[in-house]
Amino acid sequence: MSGGRSAEGPVWSLHVGVVAGLLLLNFVLPDYHHGVFARILVLAVFAMGYNLLFGYVGLLSLGHAMFFAAGLYGAGLPMVHLGWGVPAAFSTGIVCGLVLALAVGLLALRTSGVAFMIVTMMFAQALALAVLYFGQWTRGDEGLVIAQAQRSLDLGPWRLDFTDPATRYLTALALFAIVLSATLAIVRSRFGRVLVAIRENEERTRMLGYDTFRNKLSAVVISGTICAAAGATYAILFGYVGSSFAGIQYSILPLLWVLLGGSATTLGPLIGTLLMYYLVDGSNDVLKAWLPDWRFSHLGVVGLALILLVLFFPRGLLGTLRQRWAGWLP
Amino acid sequence: MTAALEIRGLHCAYGEVQVLHGLDLTLEKSEVHCLLGRNGAGKTTTLKAIMGLVRATSGSVVLAGRDLAALPAHDVPKAGVAYVPQGRRLFAEMTVAENLEIGLMARGRGAATRDGVLQLFPLLRERLGQRSGTLSGGEQQMLAMARALCLEPEVLLLDEPTEGLQPSMIARIRETVATLKGRGVSTILVEQRIDAVLSIADRVTFIENGRNRDTVEIATLRGDPALVRRYVGVG
Repeated sequence: MSGGRSAEGPVWSLHVGVVAGLLLLNFVLPDYHHGVFARILVLAVFAMGYNLLFGYVGLLSLGHAMFFAAGLYGAGLPMVHLGWGVPAAFSTGIVCGLVLALAVGLLALRTSGVAFMIVTMMFAQALALAVLYFGQWTRGDEGLVIAQAQRSLDLGPWRLDFTDPATRYLTALALFAIVLSATLAIVRSRFGRVLVAIRENEERTRMLGYDTFRNKLSAVVISGTICAAAGATYAILFGYVGSSFAGIQYSILPLLWVLLGGSATTLGPLIGTLLMYYLVDGSNDVLKAWLPDWRFSHLGVVGLALILLVLFFPRGLLGTLRQRWAGWLP
Repeated sequence: MTAALEIRGLHCAYGEVQVLHGLDLTLEKSEVHCLLGRNGAGKTTTLKAIMGLVRATSGSVVLAGRDLAALPAHDVPKAGVAYVPQGRRLFAEMTVAENLEIGLMARGRGAATRDGVLQLFPLLRERLGQRSGTLSGGEQQMLAMARALCLEPEVLLLDEPTEGLQPSMIARIRETVATLKGRGVSTILVEQRIDAVLSIADRVTFIENGRNRDTVEIATLRGDPALVRRYVGVG
């Protein structure tokens, strides 16, 4: 696992160091990468929410796009149609994700294994179809754009303009830091240890006196709420609320990010999201430069890279690192 | 003697297949009570039924005036019953210390309980930081028992604890069961090794086709090996 063997000092130093490093990047990154990093930080939060359930509890969901979308639409719809401000919209997005996660958890946790995967995927598909069905409010495939003027927050004499690149980056980083700290605290808590025990052997955990259903439900709700927070933040920072975020692709992506970075590691989701984003983003340019006659999709390069990673880092980058050299990594 | 656990008319089924047909059993306080029977007789199912892992279709399992059969499975350990299943079933990726901690947390026990358990299994103290999946078979069995004892149970259920262990480890397991008996813990033991049964059990119940056929004192069994042959087909 996990936290129990982790040494306190290095663990906190590493996490504070990562956040400090990301803060430093705000001042040195070129414009394009500055925007990309802000997006990656929000998506990494999405992956961290997914990782809590998949990595630490061992529940493979193929429907987490619904929680991201619940936050996205929960925040975006009232901003566009009701003219709500950022705090109310953000809170609504989170509450939507929480309520949805509770409802889905209560039903989906009556299944396990492949059935859980399918049930979560069906719920997500139902939500994606609902987004298209209620097109008069969601504008279906086209999506909604939140007016720039609405994407700001007045704090007395100060005004936070979320369309400003630095504010956007720092807001994404703040959310990332909060969720990273919360995740670290959870996985090192008693609750976190019980989650890992459930992943290892659910029946044995129940035999030791733990209500495994209640613990798993709590994990689904926390995971869904974190993903919804990422969705709500995405809507506010980037101003776009689109149905693609509710589609199956956004249920599979966090799984890939987590597998690449290392499941059941606190920083794996960030590493995986970063790597995947730049692999997809950069492979086209690399192909043009090195193989101008290449006529196939640039995603072939991504696929090759993923195969190599799985071959040499079967537990993901940080997972393998922890297994081979740094057992203290949480 | 007073009863630590009383099973009356217990019926259990796996789907359509009835496994226990009205089993009765009384476990006295500080007793080591062994269940003997052929494969498929219902010994392990009896332990699982006590734990609530297999739901009883009728009958009762009473511990200190409380019917365990009416409780959800996760409340049975809190009522004072700990189970060490066949095959140990440790949390292999966790360290020895983490495995113990999961046991301690379940009933809110702390350092004093942990120290008491480690006194019983001093070898585990040297392995606290080791991943439990890398322990030897005997050490894993000790850890499985130690984790169960972290619950400070009144009743301990052991399913073939000596299976696949070397003689020195078997002797240690026997010593531990005897020590626990001295501390007032009542044990139901499912065991295939007749020599182990004869050395540690107080009474034996023979189970056949999900029914208890006979319950005898260990002295009776020692004096009449034909009993074992009759019910188990070995000995």
